[in-house]
Amino acid sequence: MKVQIFGTGCPKCRKLEENAKKAIRELGVEAEVEKVQDVREISKFGVMMTPALAIDGKVKCSGEIASPDKIKKWLKEIG
Amino acid sequence: MLLSILLSGTRALLEYLSAHVLTCLVPAFFIAGAISSMIKKEVILRYFGPSANKFLSYSIASVSGTILAVCSCTILPLFSGIYTMGAGIGPATTFLYSGPAINLLAIIYSARLLGIELGIARGVGAVSFSIVIGLIMATLFERKREKETEEAKFSMVADPHTSTKNPAITFLFFADLVGILVFGAWKKWWIVVTLLALLIIILKLWFKKEEILSWLSSTWQFVLLILPWLLVGVFAAGIIRDFLPPEVIKTWVGGDSLRSNFIASIAGALMYFATLTEVPILKAFLELGMGKGPALALLLAGPALSLPNMLVIRNVMGTVKAAVYIALVVCMSTFAGVIFGKFVF
Repeated sequence: MKVQIFGTGCPKCRKLEENAKKAIRELGVEAEVEKVQDVREISKFGVMMTPALAIDGKVKCSGEIASPDKIKKWLKEIG
Repeated sequence: MLLSILLSGTRALLEYLSAHVLTCLVPAFFIAGAISSMIKKEVILRYFGPSANKFLSYSIASVSGTILAVCSCTILPLFSGIYTMGAGIGPATTFLYSGPAINLLAIIYSARLLGIELGIARGVGAVSFSIVIGLIMATLFERKREKETEEAKFSMVADPHTSTKNPAITFLFFADLVGILVFGAWKKWWIVVTLLALLIIILKLWFKKEEILSWLSSTWQFVLLILPWLLVGVFAAGIIRDFLPPEVIKTWVGGDSLRSNFIASIAGALMYFATLTEVPILKAFLELGMGKGPALALLLAGPALSLPNMLVIRNVMGTVKAAVYIALVVCMSTFAGVIFGKFVF
């Protein structure tokens, strides 16, 4: 599974990345975490509000810092 | 020497903390937190679609910075999104210019610290000139797009949730918060206490616990994000005020000449200001002799541009469009400053 975090580098997207890594660790799943910082790349995914998160190319949340629990739920659904 | 520098900064911080924080910034942070957690952003994003009414797109773009871009880091992705996903370069640049300037906290704080005329001029200037800039950019650069694919991409993003709260209650809640802010600023404490009691009643009757928690959490996020840099700005402003020779300020940006406004505008465009820091720094400049017109010019150009963000804008729009945009911002800000200087005094 590939988890992508979208953000331009401010504390909010870093927190989202932390939460994602925590969720992955706690679930024990195989997942790669990629940070997308380039503004044009972010737009290509249809993301307007950062921070945002996508799993396997599908945007799961945008404009909020999803908690590790929420992320775990999504990971379980997809994985 | 070092000691006196530190003393200036500290003195500025203390003056500042005692007079302004409680009555002005605290309610403002709560209001910003409420806007961020309670107003459904998706509803606004709809207006930036390719087939949305243009008049609406521009109007909403010019004021929605208050609601959408509460953190300055979201402005660039939002701008890029609006540009690439539908509404086009006009509304996108309108948003890009007004977003940082129409930041609610910044306007409230500007009005409080720099005087109500500058606060209002900042808000009005940001909104009106943003539309002008957007329209000019669209006239120069808008090209035909494939409407269908844009629409499809766009609807993936802007999916409005139905709001579960009666709008009248939301309105009452916000009116109460704004009342606390305004009456607190006028020091009418009895009214503030009554409004606070009213607020607690409103919350108990109509707000779920998770909504309140989400509001408080948003508010706190703002505080963490903005307050540290703001204090740095106040500290720096204290140092500037005591150590920068007034002649320097008066020569370059004193009075209301076209030249002063222009210089202030360019300086603002190049300098980087963390959210809200432009206000205390500007106050220091004003005390040193900066003209009010140039002050407005700096207020309008400063938050919207900085060297780092010019580079990102260039990446999104391309060098030519970015250069035109920057030139427009500098010109409009200069112009706003000149008018302000001539007509307000």
